[in-house]
Amino acid sequence: MSLVARYLEANGIPTVMIATARDIVEYCGVPRLVFVDFPLGNPCGVPFNQDMQSSILELALGLLESADEAGTTVTAPYHWPEGEKWKELIFTQEQPFLEGDAYDNWMAAKERYRRQKQQSDS
Amino acid sequence: MGDPVKYINRTRDYYLSQGYKKPYQWAHFEDIPFTRLRKPLSESRLALVSTSDVAVRNASGAGRDKSDEMLIGNAYVIPTNTPEDRLFSRQEHFDQHATHLEDVNSYFPVTRLLEKVEQGRINSMAPRCHGVYTAYSQKKTLESDAPEVLKRCREDEVDIAVLTPV
Repeated sequence: MSLVARYLEANGIPTVMIATARDIVEYCGVPRLVFVDFPLGNPCGVPFNQDMQSSILELALGLLESADEAGTTVTAPYHWPEGEKWKELIFTQEQPFLEGDAYDNWMAAKERYRRQKQQSDS
Repeated sequence: MGDPVKYINRTRDYYLSQGYKKPYQWAHFEDIPFTRLRKPLSESRLALVSTSDVAVRNASGAGRDKSDEMLIGNAYVIPTNTPEDRLFSRQEHFDQHATHLEDVNSYFPVTRLLEKVEQGRINSMAPRCHGVYTAYSQKKTLESDAPEVLKRCREDEVDIAVLTPV
């Protein structure tokens, strides 16, 4: 996703990303980032909290107006309402990231990708 | 607020512990492009781009055709005027233990953006939103998906873009 932001920006379209994985986005480097410190899945606000979602979008729109250099990050001033335990558990042995069908689907997607790559390489 | 999760380190350790030999090489660049706004937001047309794997339920309420799922690393289009209750995400790569994707606007904020249009904060939404599958190939994203999104944005005379990865 960061690659798409960079590509649009380099071709004349100002972009702003709203994301939860701050380190990954900043390691790639995007022009403007609104960092929302929430679990992967809800970068644009707590589900069904319309006021928060609207405020987070306003941060993004404001950043489009205010940023005057590349690589500008603003942090949304919100806490995940159910606490921060998720931060300790994500991607740990204790709590596998993908389980059951989701894991099988991921493996199947990887296999399709491998086959596509073989075809395009040959 | 505690520190943000360091996903690069966390996922590297996690997948090494799962028996994967080679850590994923996250994209990294020294330089960052930058383009200034050309006109006020109130005169700008906005495109929404997401990797949240949003799809449109058909009239009977079922998901999209299964064959669509065979596409990997492709850009696709979601009409902006799709009724919100027909949008859903098939994305599975999110924190399923902590949250859910039942509210489209928590990752694909099309309704919230249309409200910004109504309020006059932005001029308009482009008629098309863009989905980009989480490509396993950075090369493919750069050489195929990103140019496709750019082409469609130019066709729609887009001025600015909001990107939302899941």
